[in-house]
Amino acid sequence: MTAHAHAEEHFAGSNKLFISIWVWLVGLTLVEIFLAYKPMPIHLMLIVLLGLSIIKAALIVAYFMHLKFERLSLILTIVPMLVVCIMLLFVFFPDSFRSAGLRYKFKEEPPVAPAQVEEP
Amino acid sequence: MSTEARAGHFPAVDWEGGAFPYRVGHRKLGMWLFIVSDSLTFSALLIGYSYLRASNVWPTPFPFYPSIVFSSVMTFCLLSSSLTMVFGVSASSKGDKAKARKWILATIFFGAAFIVLHLIEWRHLIHEGLRPFYLPEHWVQAFTTTDGVPPSPLFGATFFAITGLHMFHVATGAVYLLVVAARVNKLKHEDIEISGLYWHFVDLVWMFVFPLIYIMSVDVGHHAGL
Repeated sequence: MTAHAHAEEHFAGSNKLFISIWVWLVGLTLVEIFLAYKPMPIHLMLIVLLGLSIIKAALIVAYFMHLKFERLSLILTIVPMLVVCIMLLFVFFPDSFRSAGLRYKFKEEPPVAPAQVEEP
Repeated sequence: MSTEARAGHFPAVDWEGGAFPYRVGHRKLGMWLFIVSDSLTFSALLIGYSYLRASNVWPTPFPFYPSIVFSSVMTFCLLSSSLTMVFGVSASSKGDKAKARKWILATIFFGAAFIVLHLIEWRHLIHEGLRPFYLPEHWVQAFTTTDGVPPSPLFGATFFAITGLHMFHVATGAVYLLVVAARVNKLKHEDIEISGLYWHFVDLVWMFVFPLIYIMSVDVGHHAGL
C-alpha cells in the first residue's frame, strides 16, 4: 500500500470521543454566556473569553479537524507560522490607546475669553 | 544503478520526492494552506475591530432576547454541524458512503438553520435602525458618555462586515457540502475529509466571532463603564 492510499483510509478517533469533545465545546460556550452577565472589568472579561475561545479552537483543530492525528511535520508547518503572523498583526495595536486619548470632550466648558483691559 | 532502478529497490524517503512527507495528499495540504490564509483574513478583521473598539466609545447594545438567545442557538447549530460532519467523515473512512451522505445532509441542515437565524437577527438590528455607518438614535442617546462623547458609528460597519463574511463562508460551505453529498459515491474519502476541514474551519472562526462581537457587546444595563 502506498503512503497515499494509507492516508485515504485512516481516520482515527471514535464517535464517543467526538461526542465528548462536542459536550466540552457546548459547556465552554455556556460558560461564556454566563460570564457575559457577570460584572467584571472589561480587560479581565476579554482575557477570559479569549482564553476560552483558544481552548475551543484547539479542541476543534485537534479532534474535529484531525490535526492531532496527523504527522508532526504538518503541524509544525501550519501552526507556528499562523501564530507568528497573528502576533505580528498586533504590532500597531497600542496606537488605539493613543487615539482614544485624543478624543475631544464635547461638553467641556468653552475657553473663557480674556477680560478686556480698559484703556485709561 | 539508475534512479529508476534504485527507486525500485529502496522505499521512497521523505523529502526526496515520490513520497508524502506530510502523509496527506496535495489537495488536503492545499485546503490546510487555504485555511491558514483565511484565518489571517479573519484575524485581521477581528484585530481591526478591536482597534476601533479600544480607540472609541463603543456601544454595548445587545439584549438577552433576541440577540444573545439567537447567537447562542446559532453557536449550538454550528457546533452540532461540526459533530455531524465528523460523523460523516468517520463513516466515509469505513466505506459507508450512504451513512456519510446522511450525516453531511444533517450538517447542511444545521448550516442552513444558522444562516436563517442569523438573517433574522440582522433583520431585527436593521429594523432598529443600525446601518454600516449609522447607529440607531436611541443607541446614541443611551451610550453617549457623561463627558458628551458619542458612541462610534462604526459599530455597524464592523458588525456587518465580520458576521457577513462569516455568513458568506457558511453559505459557500453549505453549497460545497451539497455538491459533496450529491457526488459522495464518486469521491475518494480524502475529498470528503477535505470538505470537513473547511466546515470545521467555519465553526472555528465563529468561536472567536461569538464572544468578541456578541458576548462583549451585551447590554448589562449600566453604561457608566463606557
